[in-house]
Amino acid sequence: MPQPVVTVRNLTKRFGDVVAVDALDFALPRGVTAALLGGNGAGKTTTLSMLPGLLLPSEGAIEIFGENMLTHRHRVLPRLNFSSPYVDLPHRLTVRQNLTVYGRLYRIPELKDRIAELARDLQIADFLDRQTGKLSSGMKTRVALAKALLNRPELLLLDEPTASLDPDTGDWVRSYLEDYRRRGDATILLASHNMGEVERLCSDVMMMKRGRIVDRGSPQELIARYGRATLEQVFLDIARGPDLFAREAAQ
Amino acid sequence: MTAVTKAGIPVGDGFSPARVWAMMLRYLYLLQSSWPRTLELLYWPAIQMILWGFMSRFLMTNSSYVARAGGVLLAAVMLWDVMFRGQLGVSVSFLEEMWSRNLGHLFATPLRPYEWVIALIFMSFVRVGIGVVPAALLAIPLYHYSIFSLGLPLIAFFALLMFMGWAIGLAICGLILRNGLGAESIAWFAVFIIAPVSAIYYPVSILPVWLQYVAWFLPSSHVFEGMRAVMFKGEFPLDHFFAAAGLDIVYLAAGGMVFLIFMRQARHRGALMQMGE
Repeated sequence: MPQPVVTVRNLTKRFGDVVAVDALDFALPRGVTAALLGGNGAGKTTTLSMLPGLLLPSEGAIEIFGENMLTHRHRVLPRLNFSSPYVDLPHRLTVRQNLTVYGRLYRIPELKDRIAELARDLQIADFLDRQTGKLSSGMKTRVALAKALLNRPELLLLDEPTASLDPDTGDWVRSYLEDYRRRGDATILLASHNMGEVERLCSDVMMMKRGRIVDRGSPQELIARYGRATLEQVFLDIARGPDLFAREAAQ
Repeated sequence: MTAVTKAGIPVGDGFSPARVWAMMLRYLYLLQSSWPRTLELLYWPAIQMILWGFMSRFLMTNSSYVARAGGVLLAAVMLWDVMFRGQLGVSVSFLEEMWSRNLGHLFATPLRPYEWVIALIFMSFVRVGIGVVPAALLAIPLYHYSIFSLGLPLIAFFALLMFMGWAIGLAICGLILRNGLGAESIAWFAVFIIAPVSAIYYPVSILPVWLQYVAWFLPSSHVFEGMRAVMFKGEFPLDHFFAAAGLDIVYLAAGGMVFLIFMRQARHRGALMQMGE
């Protein structure tokens, strides 16, 4: 059986008395798009931040490409990338300057060609020499995606990749991500509370509530299991009702 | 042979000068794109130099102390500015990342904290050069005083004060990481706490005895005593040089440690994802 790209065991994060992520266990194989789905405060962003080591766990282990992320994250970081609406690119730098700086941080060979390729693919060529802070939300999202794809990551961690985008730009980004995963046999893990996005992109959905994975499956499996018509209804069932652990415990 | 990813990117744990250069490039782009930032670098050293230049000219005719070595106050002002700008060079470059909410992106790359520290230090050098060198050159036609007349000791004083500035700057960055942008103003005032005991414009012997003990624990006091020895007696006091150098090593190690410890704490608290304007 091929080695999973991501393996998480007993992953826990506490902030004082608050348990933000509670003993998560999951593994992701190569070439899938998976989602952490849950309401605000479910622990999605916290989980996603722990994977590249931006946030250190209170307990548990993270292995990516077989490497322990707590001890050898620098062996792994060249192979993954991360994007989140909670962080920004420097506003005063032009798009090209930002991509150049990040490209050099990843030590990307033939960086100019790579930037030109991404500019063409992501349709950002027209504003490569504009200051990043002066772009619209849609443009900034495409630039953030270009930054996230600079190193052709084998694992892409995306926090709410289409938040605050109009439907057209959102759809365009989703199509691009689908295509990227297929072409590069990449693994994508995204955190979202956009049901349409998750239904369209993901074959594996981890439903989170109060820091725990309360259910998991493909969108179709989850819809069938809860006897609902859409993933949004499943989401509401989970968000408003007792979770599976509580049900199992009660039984 | 270095391992590479499928995209041809080197994979490894080691130090990368290329990443240090990438971070310097980021700050150079910023200076290039923002003339107020560059102007601010030039502005204060020049204003200080002009103010103290006139003060020196006045005192030279009214004070035997200054008259004995014209330019002693100007040299002191410029050397103090080296330390202050050295500290600001580290702290402000660091703050740029916090202002732009960029830390989360930066530390998802293979950039290592010590590579960032090296880039901050190099940028401090660049920023001091932009600020202090024009002021020093301006003093030559305005007051007929060249700080370069100090000769080789100037290099030693410059280096010793820069090291101390970096040490303070790194400790301040750590404190800002620990306490958030609310602590930003520390970057602008912290260094002035040691100004009265650094014996910039007067000898250490002027201080109360108990403060003299404090002063001798500061590399800056040894540098300014050394500067006066060069200007008044024409000799380079090696005891002050070695004392300052030894203290600088301790201060720099402590400053770097404070930074790295608070950097790790920031990763525990999730601060890399939260800090911003």
